[in-house]
Amino acid sequence: MRKKKQAQKIVFKSEKDVPLMAMSTGTMLHNKTGAWRNIKPVIDLDNCIQCGICWKFCPDVSIFVEDELPVIDYDYCKGCGICAEECPTKCIAMVEEEK
Amino acid sequence: MKKEKKMTLSLPEEELMNSGHLACQGCGATLAMRYFLKALGQKVVFCIPACCWSIIDGPFPYSSLDVPIFHCAFETAAVSASGVKAGLEMVGDTETTVVAWAGDGGTFDIGIQALSAVAERNDDILYVCYDNEAYMNTGIQRSSATPYGAWTTTTPVKHFKERPKKDIDAIMAAHRIPYIATASIGYPEDLFRKAKKAKEIKGTRFLHIYAPCPTGWKSRPEDTIRLARMVVQNATFPIYEIEWGEKYTLNIKLKEKKPINDYLKIQGRFRHLTGKEIALMQDEVDRKWERLLSLVNSSREKDQIPR
Amino acid sequence: MKKVIMGNHALSFGAMLGRAQVIAAYPITPQTQVVELLSEMCADKTLDAKFIKVESEHSAMAACLGASLAGARTFTATSSQGLALMHELLHWASGGRMPVVMGNINRAMAPGWSIWADQNDSLSQRDTGWMQFYCSNNQEVLDTVIQAFKISEKLLIPSMVILDAFSLSHTYEIVDVPEQEKVDEYLPPFNPQIKITPDEPHAFGGLTSPEHYFELRYKLQKEMEKAPALIEETGKEYEKMFGRYLGLVDEYRCDDADIILITSGTMGSTARVAIEELRQEGIKVGNLRIKAFRPFPFEIVRNIVKGAEKIAVVDRNISYGHHGMFYEEVKSALYGHNDSVPIFGFIAGLGGRDITPSTFKEITNLTLKKKRSEEEIIWIGVKR
Repeated sequence: MRKKKQAQKIVFKSEKDVPLMAMSTGTMLHNKTGAWRNIKPVIDLDNCIQCGICWKFCPDVSIFVEDELPVIDYDYCKGCGICAEECPTKCIAMVEEEK
Repeated sequence: MKKEKKMTLSLPEEELMNSGHLACQGCGATLAMRYFLKALGQKVVFCIPACCWSIIDGPFPYSSLDVPIFHCAFETAAVSASGVKAGLEMVGDTETTVVAWAGDGGTFDIGIQALSAVAERNDDILYVCYDNEAYMNTGIQRSSATPYGAWTTTTPVKHFKERPKKDIDAIMAAHRIPYIATASIGYPEDLFRKAKKAKEIKGTRFLHIYAPCPTGWKSRPEDTIRLARMVVQNATFPIYEIEWGEKYTLNIKLKEKKPINDYLKIQGRFRHLTGKEIALMQDEVDRKWERLLSLVNSSREKDQIPR
Repeated sequence: MKKVIMGNHALSFGAMLGRAQVIAAYPITPQTQVVELLSEMCADKTLDAKFIKVESEHSAMAACLGASLAGARTFTATSSQGLALMHELLHWASGGRMPVVMGNINRAMAPGWSIWADQNDSLSQRDTGWMQFYCSNNQEVLDTVIQAFKISEKLLIPSMVILDAFSLSHTYEIVDVPEQEKVDEYLPPFNPQIKITPDEPHAFGGLTSPEHYFELRYKLQKEMEKAPALIEETGKEYEKMFGRYLGLVDEYRCDDADIILITSGTMGSTARVAIEELRQEGIKVGNLRIKAFRPFPFEIVRNIVKGAEKIAVVDRNISYGHHGMFYEEVKSALYGHNDSVPIFGFIAGLGGRDITPSTFKEITNLTLKKKRSEEEIIWIGVKR
C-alpha cells in the first residue's frame, strides 16, 4: 500500500520564519517529476507475472504494489525505461506521452 | 486481475526514499541509495559531501530522504562521520549507524586523506562510495576512478584517460579494516545483504558500489541495470568481500567470463576506442581477475582471519 | 585552587572544566601542549571526552562540526598554517551555527617558516563569522574558554580564544583554577535546538538558492550584534561566581589620558609597564587593550577614547595593500563619531620581533612629536 505523505511547497514570508541554519522541514513530493518525461511505461497486467522486478529497479520509487500488482505513479515517473527494459516477460511498453 | 497469487518482492517493501528527487532519468546512484536504505533502516545518519547526492536529495528546505543528513564539506565525508559518531556516543546514542555517503571524487581524490585516516584509526563508521566513475555533479570531469579509455570533459577523445582506474579496494585493504565489499546495483539482493552485514560490524566498513550514470557515460537511461550486470559478468567490476584486509571472498563467481566489447559498445564514452585499445583493456581486466582469484584462493587455505 | 601553569595548559584546563565532550586536534608548534594535556586528561578520565586523533587541521574542524551537530560540546586548538587550512570550515561552523570553541596560538604565516608571535593568522579569519577573544595572561585564557562555551552556545556562534605564540602560550603564571562544581553551576550542559535526531530526520546544510541564503546570513549577523551585550553579561555572571571580570576590553588609566595606546594580546600588558614609566616623566598615557575583536566593541571603544587627544594603535599584523587591521577597524569605528581625533597606526612585532616597554616609549614619543600622522603605517623596529 502506498503511504500518502505531505507534499507541500514551503514559503518563508519573513526571516523570522527561516530556521537558524539551512535545515529541511519537508519532502520533495511537491516536485512532480512526471513532467520530465516524453515517454511513459504502460504495464500489461494480463501478462504480468508479479515478479516484482519493475518495482525493484525503479530509481524514482514510482512503482508501488497495490492488490499484488505493480502500479505506476505517473506523478513522479520520469520515463527512464528501466522497468520496460528489465521486465522478463516484456509486458511493459514505453509509449509516447500525449501532449 | 490476478489477486490470488502474491507479489514476490526480493527486498523489504518499505521505502525511506521518496519520489520527487532531482536525479537524472535512469540514475544508478539513486538505486544504490534506495537499496542501502532498505538494509539500514531508520536509525541512521548520513554525512554527504559535495556529490550528485547532495543535489539529488533536494534543496533547502526539502529533503527526499526520511533519515537525517549532514551535508558536509567535500573533503570531509569520512571524518565528518567520525565526528558525528563521537558526538552521538557522548550524548548517549550508541545505536545509530553513522554513514559517510560519497561519490568517487569525494572518496578516491579529494576525500582520500580523511578516509585513510579514519580507516587507519578504525573509527566506527560505515563508508559508502557510489562510483559513477567521474566528477558527475560538476559536469563529467575525470576522477581517478575513471577507467582507462573513457571520454570525460577533461579527458576529451583526442586525449582520453590513459591512466587506469585507481584500485580503491586494494588501498582500503591495506588499512586492514574489518570489512570491505564491492557491490553493483545490478545485484540488489547482494548489495542489501552486504549493507545489512556491514551495519552489524564495529569499526570502519567500506562499501564500493558501482552506479552507472547515463548522462556521463552517454548510455541509454534504460540500460543502467544491464550495464550494472555486464560489468560484473565481464569481471571489470568483480563482486567480492575483504575482511581485515586479508580474507578475500568472491561473491559472484563467473562460470563464463564475458568479453568486454558488448559492455563498451553501449556507452558513448568508449565509442572512440580502437581495437588495439580495447585489447589492452581486455588484457588488464584479465590480469586483474587472475590476481583476484589467486587472492581468493590463498584466503581459503587460511583457517583464521589474521588481524 | 592555585596552580602554576603555562598559557597552553590554561586552554586545556578551560576545556576540561568546560566539560568538552569531543576534541579533535592536530599538533602544530606552539600549540602542542594544549592537545597533549587534553589527551592525558581523556586517557586518565579526568575529562570524559572522545579525543579524535585526526590527520590534519581541516579534518579536526570537520570532526568538531559533525560532533557539534550531533549535540556534543566540542573543542579544538591550532595555530597559523593549521588555522589557514581550516579556513573553509570556519565559514561552515558559523553558517552551520555550530558553537565550537577553539584555542588559536597567534603564529606568523609562512613562508619562511616562523613559529613566533604574529596576528595575521587569526585576523585573516576575521570575516568567517567567528567571535575572537585576544588574551593577555594565563588566568584570562582559562576564564575566557569557560565563558566562550557559554556565550557561543547561547548565540550558536563559534569562538576563538587567542594567545600569542610563546609570550603567552609558553609562559608560566599562577592561575586560580576553579572547582569543577562551580563551573558546572555556571555552565550548563550543551542543549542545542538544532541537532541530529534520527526519529525526526532533517537534512542540514543542503543546496540553498538565492531565495533563502540572504535571510540565513542576515540572521547570523543579527545574532552577532547581540554578542557585545551578552559578552559583558556573561562576564558579570562569571565575576559573581569566581571574582574576576573581563568583558570586551581591558582599560588601563584611560580616564585622564592624553594619548591612548590601543593594543591587543600580550603587548597589552607590556604597555602597562611602559605607561608607568612614561607617567613618571609626566606623559599621560593610557592603554585600551581590545579583547573582543569580533564582535567589534564599537560603543565601548568610542566611549573610552572620547577624551583623548591622540590615539596610537599598535598592530602586530598587516593587511597587505592596506594597513594594520586594528588600526583600520578603530578608524572605522570612530568615523562619524569622533573623526577629528588624530589616529596613529604603528606596525610592530611581526614574526615574533620583540615588543618591549621601549617599543611603547618610542611609539609614544613619535605620537607626541606630530599633530597628525603623515603616514598610515609607521613601522617600528624594521631595519631600514
